Amino acid sequence: MTEPAPSPEAASGPPPSSGAIVTLDHVTKRFPGVVANDRVAFDLFPGEVHVLLGENGAGKSTLVGMLSGLQTPDEGGILIDGREASISSPARALELGIGTVFQHSMLVPSLSVVDNMALGGSWWSRPDRTGIAARMAAVAADIGVRIDPHARVGTLSLGEQQQVEIVRALMRGSRVLILDEATAMLTPKGAEDLGALMRRLTALGIAVVFITHKLNEALAFGHRITVLRLGRKVGEIAPERLEALGPAAATAEIIRLMFGTGDRKAAAEGGARAVRRRVSAPPLLEIEELAVDDMAVPVSGVTLSVAPGEIVGLAGIDGNGQKQFAEALAGQRRLAAGTIRLGGEAVERLDVGGRRARGLSYVTDDRLGEGTVGSFPVSLNLLLKQVGKDPFWRNGFERPEPIAAHAERLVGAYDVRTPGISTPIGKLSGGNIQKALLARELTGDTRAVIFAKPTYGLDVQNIRATRQRIREAADRGLAVILISTDLEEVLELSDRIAVMSRGHVVGMVDNDDAARARVGELMSGVGA
Amino acid sequence: MSGTGSETTGMGAAGATLAPGGRGGAWRERGRLVVMTLGPILGALVLSGLLLLVLGVDPLAYYGYVVERGLLSPYGVQATFTRMGPLLLIAAGLIVAFRAGIWNLGGDGQFLLSAVVVAALAPLLAPLMPVWLVLLAALLVGALVGAAWSLLPALLKAYQGVNEIITTLMMTFLGVSFANVLVKLFFRDPTTTVPQTRTLPVADRLPRLFDTTVSSGVLIGLVAIIAVHVVMTRTAFGLKLRIVGANPRAAVHAGLNVPLLTVLTFALSAGLAGLAGAVEILGVQGNVRADWNPAYSLTVIPLVFLARFNGFASIAFVFLFSVLSIGGESAARRTGVPNFFTLVVVAILLVMLGVTEYLDQRRRAAGR
Repeated sequence: MTEPAPSPEAASGPPPSSGAIVTLDHVTKRFPGVVANDRVAFDLFPGEVHVLLGENGAGKSTLVGMLSGLQTPDEGGILIDGREASISSPARALELGIGTVFQHSMLVPSLSVVDNMALGGSWWSRPDRTGIAARMAAVAADIGVRIDPHARVGTLSLGEQQQVEIVRALMRGSRVLILDEATAMLTPKGAEDLGALMRRLTALGIAVVFITHKLNEALAFGHRITVLRLGRKVGEIAPERLEALGPAAATAEIIRLMFGTGDRKAAAEGGARAVRRRVSAPPLLEIEELAVDDMAVPVSGVTLSVAPGEIVGLAGIDGNGQKQFAEALAGQRRLAAGTIRLGGEAVERLDVGGRRARGLSYVTDDRLGEGTVGSFPVSLNLLLKQVGKDPFWRNGFERPEPIAAHAERLVGAYDVRTPGISTPIGKLSGGNIQKALLARELTGDTRAVIFAKPTYGLDVQNIRATRQRIREAADRGLAVILISTDLEEVLELSDRIAVMSRGHVVGMVDNDDAARARVGELMSGVGA
Repeated sequence: MSGTGSETTGMGAAGATLAPGGRGGAWRERGRLVVMTLGPILGALVLSGLLLLVLGVDPLAYYGYVVERGLLSPYGVQATFTRMGPLLLIAAGLIVAFRAGIWNLGGDGQFLLSAVVVAALAPLLAPLMPVWLVLLAALLVGALVGAAWSLLPALLKAYQGVNEIITTLMMTFLGVSFANVLVKLFFRDPTTTVPQTRTLPVADRLPRLFDTTVSSGVLIGLVAIIAVHVVMTRTAFGLKLRIVGANPRAAVHAGLNVPLLTVLTFALSAGLAGLAGAVEILGVQGNVRADWNPAYSLTVIPLVFLARFNGFASIAFVFLFSVLSIGGESAARRTGVPNFFTLVVVAILLVMLGVTEYLDQRRRAAGR
């Protein structure tokens, strides 16, 4: 919205930015209930690493999808070398010289590197292994990587596998290389190597699109940075500007873009937030030195207390241990250490049912994956955590009337739009499934509730309705933990904000005027 | 799989309420169900008939013999009902497992081991206690033996996530061989030349129904499968199993003890297979000969799929299969077709059902 729109309606004329290999000319892509990309303009120049920054759900994947031929734009056009082109399939993208390296390896682990390269050749001819190996060696030498062509892919590190994929893309004649969340699975050393490799690629005149949500990588590796937020391009920092700003100022600028400035809407809502009465009651939910073992993100030393009627936001970039923390709190995961007290009673040894019976609820973010059974009717999904309980079951037998009455009541109270209570819940939209989950978790004797990314993937109306529910829950005196990767949401709703990074709570701030900047810094690892 | 199976009716009902046609829509829905059920059966009969023609056998004569022997002759229909007993018990066990998302394919091992143990035990107990107590004890032991043979796959599945399809099939190989070893080495009747267990006197077997030769095993089977149907569709326990089957992660989220429910599912399923073994011995065979293995479980699996894990539909399909198999034995003898042709008919029926389902889905997609 705020970007300087270059020649808006001149689609028929020459491309606004000559010299670009690929231009996305104000492309729009809609999915049911969401505008994933809203008139996004995007130029890709040879010899540049163009970083695409944004939170989850900002629209990065959709943009990459349109570049790599997985999706086609609903509106707007794509120009390749200044000429209108349509990237209708991944094969077409390759023909046009656009190669994509996805986050998860697309190689066959049980085959050798050479055989992976030979895949896609004609089925009747024996793959020319020596020829491929030679060409591979040439390309690899050009970009300064070393790969044993006869090694089995499964024995290579993830970084090496990525190099293989990059080499493969170049062997197919790619001039544009898209690296989708390429560093997400890499070690810090691997990420650094990839950065160096990107520099060598651009030296050869190749254009690189580098998608990440890590700020430091964006600054270290990128020449040009585009920031997406909620499907819109909110800013672009050109190479000269990036140079001129220097790392510190650029970081501030990017944080401002990624998490929004103190613009009117946020300011107004922030103000509304501030007048919420302060809570002085003793804490209802007390978590001390909680630790969770996990392969990916071990969580340790989390200490947090929430008073009745208080909303404690847990901000942080996705995948920093929030999920592990929430599951451990709800009882789905074993605690490695620590205590959880609810109203003074230790509950860390209880199972999910025991904690729920004492009033601890958990609204999961994985609504279809674990929150519901998609093929079961709405009515049973509303009772999924109370199976066998009176009055819905008596002596173990289902009682249809109370179950139906309960479902009708909740469907009405939470405005779940469904053809009927016997409709399989998987047929409902995401927003309505979320309403059903909220109904299930917020009714009964709930005293404390954990919301995990409660508005993730919802449309604006449902986001508003969900946030209202969270506010109401706190007003009713519930202790609320709000886990969200959307800083705006955390700022709008929370009384206090904890920031989580790499499995630790790295800071706790009161939600005042300085909170936005402070939390942004903590989140991006700058202020830690 | 179990989810789609169990919720089809619910979806159908929802579809009917959504349809603007009202009563007409409901009738069309009912008609669709009839076509969906009878279509594959007729198709399978026609295709099998063509196969018989290729084999040089008059299909009408073959089917005539099947119906005459399996359904119309007094002796045949009694044999059909008797055959249903163990098959229904096995079907009940499969329904429990499949609805809970557990693919217990080890029913044959569980069946046979239980049969052998019961065959060895019952003649020993018979002189010591009243008949009813012998029967009760033997049935119980049979169920326990079956359940015990599923313990290893159950624990591996519940705590290590090892694929139960492979482990239960492997346990069947072991179980069948082990049963043979037991018959030949330990439980062998010394008075016979062929290796077999001692024979349970007819007076000590499961009582026959009224004045017929029908074994009361069929009643045990009917009670078991209806009970299983009710438990799976109407009780909290059944719902828990179905949640585990349809979405194990949701089960964890809802606080269900998934490993425990998994082990219970195995125990119930294998216990019913074991009960089937006991019923077959106590009601029909009276002893176990070495190398005897009717492989009932593997033949019942397609029937349960045809019935979409519905208990009542399973009764119908088990009945149909029993007619085919009892009648087929006679028809095979008289027409020179191999006995296994019954299985060919069932297999074709299964394929036809898949085709019908596929066509129905395409039709629905096109109609939308």
